[in-house]
Amino acid sequence: MPDGAAKDRAIALSVPPSDEVKTSTCYMCACRCGIRVHLKDGQLRYIEGNPDHPVNKGVLCAKGSAGIMNQLSPAKLQKPLKRVGERGSGDFVEIEWDEALQIATDRLAKIRAEDPRKLAFFTGRDQSQGLTGWWASQFGTPNHAAHGGFCSVNMAAAGLYTLGGAFWEFGEPDWEATKLFLLFGVAEDHDSNPIKMGLAKLKERGAKIVSFNPVRGGYSAIADEWIGITPGSDGLVILSLCRELLRAGKIDVDFLAAFSNAAHLVIEAPGTADDGLIARDSEGRPLVWDRQAEAARPFPLTHAIPAMKGRFTLDDGRVVVPAFELVARRLDEVAYTPEAVAERSGVPAATIRRLAAEIAEAAFDAPPVIDRPWTDAWGRQHAQIVGRPVSAHAMRGISAHSNGFHTCRAIHILQLLLGAVDRPGAWRYKPPFPRPAPPGQKPAGKPDQVRPNTPLPGPPLGFVTGPEDLLLDEKGQAQRIDKAYSWEAPLAAHGLMHLVITNAWKGDPYRIDTLFLYMANMAWNSSMNSGEVLEMLTDKDPESDHYKIPFIIYADAFASETVYYADLILPDTTYLERWDCISLLDRPICDAEGAADAIRQPVLTPDRDVRPFQTVLLDLGARLGLPGLVTETGEPRYPGGYADYMVNHERKPGVGPLAGFRGEDGQARGRGAVNANQLQAYIDNGCFWREEIPEEARHHRFANQAYLDWAAEMAFIDRPAPILLQLYGEVLQRFRLAAEGQGAIQPPDALRSRIETAFDPLPLWYPPFEDESNVEADYPLHGITQRPMAMYHSWHTQNAWLRQIHASNRLYVPKAVAESEDLQDDDWVWAESRHGRIKAQVRIQRALNAKTVWTWNAIGKRSGAWNLDQQAPEATRGFLLNHLIDELLPEKGGYRFANSDPVTGQAAWYDLRLKVTKMTDTEAETAAKPLEAALPSLPGLAPAPDRLTYSGGKKEGKA
Amino acid sequence: MTSLPKRPPEKALGLVIDLDTCVGCQACVVNCKEWNTGGYPAPLSDLDPYGANPAGAWLNRVHAFEVEPEEGQPQVVHFPKSCLHCADAACVTVCPTGASYKRESDGIVLVDEDRCMGCGLCAWACPYGAREMDPVVGVMKKCTLCVDRIYNEAIPEEERQPACVRTCPASARHFGDLADPDSEVSRLVAERGGRDLMPELGYHPTNKYLPPRPRREGCQSAAPKALEPASPEGGFLGWLDRVLGG
Amino acid sequence: MHPAPSVIAFTALSGAGYGLLFLLSLGYLLQLPWSADAWAFGIGLAVALGFITVGLLASTRHLRRPERAWRAVTQWRSSWLSREGVFALATFPPAAGLLLTGPLLGMQGWLPLLCALLSVIGAAATVLATAMIYASLKPIRQWHHPKVPPLYLLLALASGAPLLSCLLAFEPEAAPLAFVAAGLLLVAWVMKQSYWRDIDRSAPLATLASATGLQRKGDVTLLEPPHTQDNYLTEEMGYRVARKHSGKLRLLALGFALAALVCLVFAGLSGGGWTQLFFSLPAALLALVAVGIERWLFFAEATHTVSLYYGKAA
Repeated sequence: MPDGAAKDRAIALSVPPSDEVKTSTCYMCACRCGIRVHLKDGQLRYIEGNPDHPVNKGVLCAKGSAGIMNQLSPAKLQKPLKRVGERGSGDFVEIEWDEALQIATDRLAKIRAEDPRKLAFFTGRDQSQGLTGWWASQFGTPNHAAHGGFCSVNMAAAGLYTLGGAFWEFGEPDWEATKLFLLFGVAEDHDSNPIKMGLAKLKERGAKIVSFNPVRGGYSAIADEWIGITPGSDGLVILSLCRELLRAGKIDVDFLAAFSNAAHLVIEAPGTADDGLIARDSEGRPLVWDRQAEAARPFPLTHAIPAMKGRFTLDDGRVVVPAFELVARRLDEVAYTPEAVAERSGVPAATIRRLAAEIAEAAFDAPPVIDRPWTDAWGRQHAQIVGRPVSAHAMRGISAHSNGFHTCRAIHILQLLLGAVDRPGAWRYKPPFPRPAPPGQKPAGKPDQVRPNTPLPGPPLGFVTGPEDLLLDEKGQAQRIDKAYSWEAPLAAHGLMHLVITNAWKGDPYRIDTLFLYMANMAWNSSMNSGEVLEMLTDKDPESDHYKIPFIIYADAFASETVYYADLILPDTTYLERWDCISLLDRPICDAEGAADAIRQPVLTPDRDVRPFQTVLLDLGARLGLPGLVTETGEPRYPGGYADYMVNHERKPGVGPLAGFRGEDGQARGRGAVNANQLQAYIDNGCFWREEIPEEARHHRFANQAYLDWAAEMAFIDRPAPILLQLYGEVLQRFRLAAEGQGAIQPPDALRSRIETAFDPLPLWYPPFEDESNVEADYPLHGITQRPMAMYHSWHTQNAWLRQIHASNRLYVPKAVAESEDLQDDDWVWAESRHGRIKAQVRIQRALNAKTVWTWNAIGKRSGAWNLDQQAPEATRGFLLNHLIDELLPEKGGYRFANSDPVTGQAAWYDLRLKVTKMTDTEAETAAKPLEAALPSLPGLAPAPDRLTYSGGKKEGKA
Repeated sequence: MTSLPKRPPEKALGLVIDLDTCVGCQACVVNCKEWNTGGYPAPLSDLDPYGANPAGAWLNRVHAFEVEPEEGQPQVVHFPKSCLHCADAACVTVCPTGASYKRESDGIVLVDEDRCMGCGLCAWACPYGAREMDPVVGVMKKCTLCVDRIYNEAIPEEERQPACVRTCPASARHFGDLADPDSEVSRLVAERGGRDLMPELGYHPTNKYLPPRPRREGCQSAAPKALEPASPEGGFLGWLDRVLGG
Repeated sequence: MHPAPSVIAFTALSGAGYGLLFLLSLGYLLQLPWSADAWAFGIGLAVALGFITVGLLASTRHLRRPERAWRAVTQWRSSWLSREGVFALATFPPAAGLLLTGPLLGMQGWLPLLCALLSVIGAAATVLATAMIYASLKPIRQWHHPKVPPLYLLLALASGAPLLSCLLAFEPEAAPLAFVAAGLLLVAWVMKQSYWRDIDRSAPLATLASATGLQRKGDVTLLEPPHTQDNYLTEEMGYRVARKHSGKLRLLALGFALAALVCLVFAGLSGGGWTQLFFSLPAALLALVAVGIERWLFFAEATHTVSLYYGKAA
């Protein structure tokens, strides 16, 4: 080519982009893409996607590409800080690390010696929960969780309790073979590159994409069909689809009978302790009805399909009904007919009927077939793998409602009814899933498990299977500060971070001493009701004049709003300055055809006095003498910091944070001895490890013996036992029975009816709790938020490139509302909920549900935070919808429930109801924003530059 | 010389942008900025980057438009836009200093920044808004089609593509020779009805845009409009008896 | 388009200067009465060159890298801006030559005549080149308009002529010049009014639908700009003046022009002397202000097709 260029002006065409390239893993969102970091003259020249990496295969999004500006940010904290003024004043002094760690150690040692619960340790979108959860249990406090409780725990829990897997890290659509892809209320900041790559594949193949989302944008923009559904009603439409499919017999009966509990016999004995539970034989095996023998037999029935409907009497006289019939009866209810759901959902009945027909056609007419024999866990041979090419993906959009658990469960039930689970063209598991539904790990933290100077016997988060697993004190009150695993949130698999501050301030269920937060912006966009949360953080006990939340330690890399409300700041490094592991013990990055994990390696040395948080945590643990963190002689067990831990820590013998390159020779994977050269092996391999799943083990994995054996060998599951898919939610029924008065562990009376309703073993939809009777008149609109694809962490506002794309946010209003309220683009409005009102500038959107307004979340910032100019658009024009969202529901029977899902406790952000009214011109100019007063600059932070001419190692101008 | 090449360039390198798959994620926008701030046009400056009015030089931007058809659902179309490397590039001919030029070998329109006096006339001459004045350096910046990547012998051959094309997660950007009718990009344009932007202005842009494919909102293929009850007389689960053989 | 003061000052002042130079040189060439008074002629040339020089200096304020402005003369084969530079520079020597040879040295013969001829051509060519910079820009329909070049020429003359009327106030034979100036103003403004009517009525060059290639898909509107803040493109080319506002400014410009015209008529009727100066001087100022407003509107009312992508008409 350059020959042709001879007649052109001479320019340097082959300048080497860099002196050095290092691989690592991106941290700009939670995709965890592989990156290649180019360095020139020791500076960041270019960050690109690693083409070899299984997650992103060379592509990189806007956030990842802006990693350079993350590193250059003037909002980077410089040194540990100690508060000297009042909380919120920004009055800090810089201190040395030794002093900082001593302060923390003294405080935490005292707590641990007295009552470890008085430490509440919560982290944000951190990617080291394998470490943080383990650290908390070593400390002995049950009060630990990450941000899942206010993100998508409904999706995770519903999936894990139904299929032993869910979306994103748990499973993915078969992009190569699906014919019809259903996308529900997706959050586009999750799993974004893989989904974008997948959508492109669907487009290439001509598969149809249907998106259910109140807002048409992002992925919905390219969908073939957009269903502009009204928020909170997805479950209705999904169950109506299920109903239409069921009524027409367009479901996979064989699959349900073979692999789920659909044929299991459910005891009908109202008013008894067995009612609604599955009948089992003396060995505990569930029973099904053998139609030929006309008798109950233990599952599975290998010679025929057991009864799927009917009413039978067991030998012991108990009356039983196959679970499938109960599910069918539920779906046959008038409430789920297309006509009945049309008004609430905004989806016409004819559309639902047509979609059901399209789903049936795609699923059952000419499914793809792979001619590969496989053997199921009961020894049955199958000659082929028959596909079921309908798949789904969903995330926070449907999850963050008070009916989110059942809505998420409905999506998994739809897939299950179609038999579209881990088959060609369907949604497929990613290792280490499937796990038993639910996984076997129970949460630790019962009263007898929490003792001074003693670790918990297990991790603080896990999966309960009955009231006996709840974390309650002797009075039946919550044992955790966030009330996870209490009667208010029994299946709280990820904790309830959004209630920690409120509860700690109230002293409900008890007072804590120290709140320890890591990269969670709880003083702003990560809290509901942000304004009052700040008051709680600064509120003092009038008698003692001490803060009601006595001590707050905060670790972050940047000058977020939360820094101002902490007492001790532990500055973190950036992701390019530290070791990290993307571990199978935490949130994995596998794909349907391979297991994988990855590391980050430091590509730059910090130029300021900061330390990697994970290393600090290990140091702190060693100073506290936490058993797993010190040797027998009391020396730090991981003196080399997090890198040392990544290599040498073993959770179980042979199982550590990294699954690849184990064993002394580096040849073992999954299980294997510690390999001193493991990190170098990762680096040599591009900072990741991936193991292909054997071909015969890539489908039907819940019961595929080849897979189960492989997974057990890899230590993904404890033993190679089949995993039963839960069409019928027996676990839920156990809680419902308690609410009905059965059993020794009883919910408070105030909660009985709520639990009885929500813990329904059958598919269910109920209105979100904010939908009170007069809400349609008072607050006729739904208010939701989305994260833009070019922003993830609230951090990204300090990124000079990303903030140019989203420096302020608008309230998008549908045309109908614009007409009724006489609004034009750029007008200012009051957005008002039952909880408060804020000012916002509107933009009219046509592709928007007629009863919904929305905005980008976490663009609005507190003036002065993030080392931005006090007049930054983020502060002057941007706004935060959080101010309108109450973390508690209105009082009912003398009690205010959390604004959360009653099953999991997931924050119900998207239940928000509001109205908008046009501001007068005077109001638009003078009305104050919440918390308008600017925060001051922090010690050590230099003023932000007024211009950037960054050229990555090049001199300004030309090379 | 800022006259256009006398003969048509041997190649017409350019981009084909697929509006059917672009989800508006801004990956191309930022990766372009990142590559080019240290590449041929280095730096791409930003003014007031942490202030009240941040404004930098970007060579590629993604707009979002709504399209309301007479019938059917309103659509949202994400629309990336960078220099189209026009055959009749007025930005080149108006340049008084000889800084702007169109390469004879491949048709890429470039700015020789050392010759640019920052008059801005080329930006006025471009109907598409493809040129941006660097707010600090004071010279005109524009898409180079990553001329310092696509011929760069210091990087692996398969990676010699514009940064925006390589990084796009949705495969919405394609790079190639649009003068060659057999090239992949030319074939895409032919198959998908690739379009010129503002053809009425006569600039003959090289880059082409593939319009969104027709949306399949209603029935797909011959699917019936609704499913029939499998066994109307047998009740909701009447069909089960048949399936299970009685 | 952003009405940059530097460019407005440049085109208005240099226009008047070239108009004056043109009239003086033409007068010399044709031995018209107004070249008779050597002093007035010399001062006139000096004033013209002053206007031109100030205008050109102002134009360099528009350059971000003015130290490279010398390169602008190199591309005369394709670029009207380059041609303008070349013509402007090429006009200085004959204009200076005319100043030196004519009034100062009182030379006769071919040299001053040649200088005058070249000055006439140079002045006209420079103004025409300036006009063509704008008129050749297809993305801006208000500029890419056949009346733009004649208007630039006419307005240059119409703002130069009143200046000449001032200079020759005491030259009785030149008194009709005021009527000529008034006539030029009248013609220029009649044409300007018709230009304004044209651009108010002319169809947009393109629509957002054609700008995006989505014309077959339906009605296209902007949902989100690429970045939330303004950028170079929106600031430079997205400038908009409210219709109400521009209407007022057009009237104001017309008012100034009419006032100048009336003054010129009175000047013409005065028969020379102080009275003529008394009327010509405000006429020259009023005409210049009128052209200044006209020039501001020329930019502010111009819409660029790039605005389509930002949700505005073009």
